[in-house]
Amino acid sequence: MNDRLLLGTRKGLFDLRRKGSAWSIANKAFIGEPLSMLLRDPRDGAIYAALALGHFGVKLHRSDDDGASWRELAAPAMPKLEDEAADGKKAPSVSLIWSLETGSADQPGLLWAGTIPGGLFRSDDRGESWTLNEPLWNVPGRDSWFGGGYDQPGIHSICVDPRDAKRILAGVSCAGSWLSEDGGASWRQSAHGMIAEFMPPDERGNPNVQDPHRIVQSPSSPDVLWTQHHNGVFRSENGGTQWQEITSITPAKFGFAVAVHPTDADTAWFVPGVKDECRVPVDGALVVARTRDGGKSFEVLREGLPQRDAYDLIYRHGLAVDETGDRLAMGSTTGHLWISENGGDRWTLTAANLPPIACVRFA
Amino acid sequence: MPRVAFTPNLERHLACPPRGVTGATVRAALDAVFAENPRLRSYILDDQDRLRQHVYIFVNNDRIADRERLSDPVQAQDEIYVMQALTGG
Repeated sequence: MNDRLLLGTRKGLFDLRRKGSAWSIANKAFIGEPLSMLLRDPRDGAIYAALALGHFGVKLHRSDDDGASWRELAAPAMPKLEDEAADGKKAPSVSLIWSLETGSADQPGLLWAGTIPGGLFRSDDRGESWTLNEPLWNVPGRDSWFGGGYDQPGIHSICVDPRDAKRILAGVSCAGSWLSEDGGASWRQSAHGMIAEFMPPDERGNPNVQDPHRIVQSPSSPDVLWTQHHNGVFRSENGGTQWQEITSITPAKFGFAVAVHPTDADTAWFVPGVKDECRVPVDGALVVARTRDGGKSFEVLREGLPQRDAYDLIYRHGLAVDETGDRLAMGSTTGHLWISENGGDRWTLTAANLPPIACVRFA
Repeated sequence: MPRVAFTPNLERHLACPPRGVTGATVRAALDAVFAENPRLRSYILDDQDRLRQHVYIFVNNDRIADRERLSDPVQAQDEIYVMQALTGG
């Protein structure tokens, strides 16, 4: 099991360790600063912290000593346009690092970063420098991508296929999911089968307008991917090229987070909210919805979670499962952290006074 | 020689003491500072070298007009203040 948990919050990074049966905050950093994403690279132990400073922009830091000290790196940045003066305020600038993932074990130092305004960046030197993936930035129809929640589109999910690191899927709000099978040299839309209820009827099946809130890939059966979409849950069994809606989820089909079991592609967890216009738990009761049969049915897990007057929302990166599939962690907008040691059957409130939690990752 | 001073709130991220520089515009003055302190650039300017949305610059008592090209002129005796806005926190 993973006995370490990293939290990226609105006001700092918190590093929790488990001793005996109790979790406690062992270290913290960047207190007062908003974090948007965290990553601990299992290949070399480096920890990356992405900040979104309200006044001073996106920053990226790396620790090479397990969080004892940090060094600022160059953050991903859009290429400077030569005709920027003519283009005025439309010329892009990175406003958020929304996803950070590693390449494969045989690609040491390779990192991927997904950003708002929809740029995917690659680093080959442990984050020291970044290059915009131009093929994805320039796909036909790129101008029609639009923001979901934020003013501009963003890449919140990056799935690097564990069988073949050249196979990469990027989840975009709002532009569906984009698949590369050549390491990012070319991309094709892959959100076929997703349905966007927020669009006019004839456009609802258009993959380019889909709003997947979060996409995760099964580590053990990488052809299986799960999506918590703006208006439902979708599952793919063919590597994310065709999606089927899962309608059995209860008590609601709206949500942001999804986690998939590390060794059982049919087991996944979601945290439903009422609906897009009312982003709170149904009836004020926070629950986790779990399927163990590939979405045919769901169990509603409540034990240990607040069942009245709870208004916690779990952001898209706020739910994580560890390497065993038994331990889960869930951090909320209200600064609550719950941990389950038994696949979600029972939850324990581990911290109640944290800042709003954006990102939860086992390390 | 214009003098450039930065909001003390930047000090929590990096050192940026006030200093005198040469330059006939706000852009030129800032470029002179960034030449010696390259990391500071991305805290003040965005990817397109525009002034960040929640950063303000005053020349003496006047907020600059050109947030994109920073072409506002500065004189040798001027004070350039780089402030954080009350928005964006």
